[in-house]
Amino acid sequence: MIQAKRQITLNESLGADIYRLSIQAPEIAATAQAGQFIMVKTGVGFDPLLRRPFSIHQTEGDEIQILFKRLGKGTTLLSKLAAGQQLDILGPLGNAFTLQEGPCCLIGGGMGVAPLLFLAQTMRSRGITPHILLGARNKAELMAFLPAFQALDGSLRYATDDGSMGQRGFIIEALPALLAEDNKAKWQVYSCGPYPMMRAVAAICQHKWPCQVSMETMMACGISACLGCTITARNTNRKGGKYLHVCQDGPVFAAEQIEWKS
Amino acid sequence: MNDNNQDLRVDIGGGLKLNNPVMTASGTFGYGREFESFTELDSLGAIVVKGISLRPRPGNPPPRIVETACGMLNAIGLENVGLEAFIKDKLPYLKGHKCPLIVNILGDSIEEYRHLAAGLDQEEGISAIELNISCPNVKKGGVAFGSQPDLARELTTTVRQATSLPLIVKLSPNVSDIGAMARAAETGGANAVSLINTLIGMAIDIRLKKPVLANITGGLSGPAIKPVALRMVWQAADAVHIPVIGIGGISTWQDAMEFIMAGASAIQVGTANFFNPAAVDEIQAGIRRYMRENNINQLHTLIGAARGGK
Ligand SMILES: Cc1cc2nc3c(=O)[nH]c(=O)nc-3n(C[C@H](O)[C@H](O)[C@H](O)COP(=O)(O)OP(=O)(O)OC[C@H]3O[C@@H](n4cnc5c(N)ncnc54)[C@H](O)[C@@H]3O)c2cc1C
Ligand SMILES: Cc1cc2nc3c(=O)[nH]c(=O)nc-3n(C[C@H](O)[C@H](O)[C@H](O)COP(=O)(O)O)c2cc1C
Ligand code: FES
Repeated sequence: MIQAKRQITLNESLGADIYRLSIQAPEIAATAQAGQFIMVKTGVGFDPLLRRPFSIHQTEGDEIQILFKRLGKGTTLLSKLAAGQQLDILGPLGNAFTLQEGPCCLIGGGMGVAPLLFLAQTMRSRGITPHILLGARNKAELMAFLPAFQALDGSLRYATDDGSMGQRGFIIEALPALLAEDNKAKWQVYSCGPYPMMRAVAAICQHKWPCQVSMETMMACGISACLGCTITARNTNRKGGKYLHVCQDGPVFAAEQIEWKS
Repeated sequence: MNDNNQDLRVDIGGGLKLNNPVMTASGTFGYGREFESFTELDSLGAIVVKGISLRPRPGNPPPRIVETACGMLNAIGLENVGLEAFIKDKLPYLKGHKCPLIVNILGDSIEEYRHLAAGLDQEEGISAIELNISCPNVKKGGVAFGSQPDLARELTTTVRQATSLPLIVKLSPNVSDIGAMARAAETGGANAVSLINTLIGMAIDIRLKKPVLANITGGLSGPAIKPVALRMVWQAADAVHIPVIGIGGISTWQDAMEFIMAGASAIQVGTANFFNPAAVDEIQAGIRRYMRENNINQLHTLIGAARGGK
C-alpha cells in the first residue's frame, strides 16, 4: 500500500461526462487485484477535503487506470487534470473479487462497470471466458466504456435504459435468461452497479448461485481508520452490531452477507 | 529526522514528557497499525487510540459520515472493540513501539469509566488515559458528562482515584463556558485537558428531504473548526494551570504552531490523518524546520508565545 504523488499519463474524455485517467504507479500496478480501489486527492487545499474512492479499471505495465463520471466537486476537478500533472493517490485498497470454478457472469451498470473490466481481463489471463452483461442510460454512456470490453473476446450483451443502443431496459432483465441457458451449471455471478441493480442480481442468485457484489458508501479514509464506511449486514458481528466496513471488509462482498434495503 | 539542535520535548503533566508535541487524535488513527505504511509510529509524540468502552460497541447505523465545506460530520457512535479485545488484540502491537500510548476511554456511567481506568491501570505499556467526556450519561437522562462542570468534576475525581496513570480530560466544545469545564477537570485531579472534541452539526439531503446522517446530528471536524478550537484553547489556557492539549482542524505545521502559541503544550491531529495519512510526520518536520530557520532551540519556549506574557 502506498501514498504518493504520481504522474498522470492520460486523462481522456470518453463522452457522457465519463473519463479514463491513467497514472504511473508501478507499486500499485504490480500488486493490484480486480475489485480493489484507490483513494485520490482530487484537489489541493481543503475543499473538497476528503479523498475520493475509485475502482481500478485496468492495469498496464507500470500504469493503473480509473474510469470515472463527473458528478460533483471532486470528479469535476479530476476531469480537468492533464497528462504530465501529478496526482496524490493511496492504494491499492480493499479486498478483491474471488475467482471460482464454473461459468462466470459479470453484470455491471453505469460506473459499476469500472472494476468489471479488470476482473474480465484477469479471468481471460487464466483461460476463463466470462459472459458479460453491461447496462447504461443511453448510447453515449454505453459507448464510453463498451469498446474496452469489446476488445476482450467473450460473450457480451448490453442494454440501454432508453433503447438507443442494444436491448431496451435494464440489463438485469437479461440475467435470468443467460443463467437458464445452462441451468445445471454452477454459475458464478459478479456484479457492480447501482444499488437497485445489485439488489436485484442478489435476489435472482439467492440460494442458487454464488454472487459477489462490489458496494459503495461514503468514505473518509479508505484505510479502516474512520469507521465511517459502514453498510448493514445480515448477521450480527462480534461487536454485537450488524455492520460491515466497505473499505476493510469489502468493497467486494458475498451478496448474502448484505441486508438489502428496499 | 533527529536533529540534535532542536529540542521538541514537551511536558503534558503527571510526569509524562513527550519527545515532540505531535500526537494523533482519538478515533482518527485507528489503533496505530492502520498507519504503519505511511508514518513513523516510533517518532510520534504519542498515539491516542480510538475510544474504548467496557464492552464492544457496534456504533450507529449508516450513513455515518458526510463531507462539508472544509470539514466533515461523523456519527460513528463510538464503535469500538471493547476493553478486553483491546488488551488482547491491539495492545501488544502498540506496546512494541517506542512512542507513548494514550488510551481514550468512554462510558455510559461513572462506574463504567471507573472500571475502564482500573482495568487499564493493570496493563503495561500505557502512558496515560484520556477521558472522553462528550458522552451521554445514561443515568442522568443522557446529559453529556462534558456539558456540566459538576458532572465533569465528579467523573474526573472518580477516575483519578481508580488509576495512577497521568489523566487527560478531553473537553467538549458544546458548552457555553469552556473555562469552567477546564477548571472542573483541574479541580477533579486531571493532569491535563485536551480540546476540542467535535462540534455538533448536521446536513440535510434536499433531494430526499431528510437528514444525511442516520443519527440526524453528527460531530463536525476538520479545518472548518480550527478558529473555534483555537479560541477555546486560548480560553482554557487562561482558566487552568495544568497543560492544555490543542485539537481541532490541525492539518499543517502552521496550524500546530498557532495552537502552541495560543498556549497548548502539545497538539493532536485528527481529520487530517484521513486525507493525508502522512500528516503527523509532515507537521513534526515542519515544526523542526520552523525552529531551525528561526534559531529556536527549545520548543517549550514558544508555548503561549502569542499571549504576551499572560
Ligand atoms: C469503493 C468505491 C469505488 C468507486 N469506484 C468508482 C469508479 O470506478 N468510478 C466512478 O465514477 N465512481 C466510483 N465511485 C464513486 C465515486 O467515489 C464518487 O462518484 C465520487 O466520490 C464523487 O465525488 P464528487 O466530489 O465528484 O461528488 P460529490 O460532490 O462529493 O457528490 C456528488 C454526488 O456523488 C455522490 N457521492 C459522493 N461520494 C460518493 C461515494 N463515495 N460513493 C457514491 N456516491 C458518492 C453524492 O452523494 C452526490 O450525489 C466509487 C465509490 C466507492 C466507495
Ligand atoms: C471519525 C471520527 C471519530 C472520532 N472518534 C473519537 C473518539 O472515539 N473519542 C474521542 O475522544 N474523540 C473522537 N473524535 C474526535 C477527534 O479526536 C477530535 O477531537 C476532533 O475530530 C477534532 O479534531 P480534528 O478537527 O483535527 O479532527 C473523532 C473524530 C472523528 C472525525
Ligand atoms: S473509509 Fe474510513 S474506515 Fe472505511
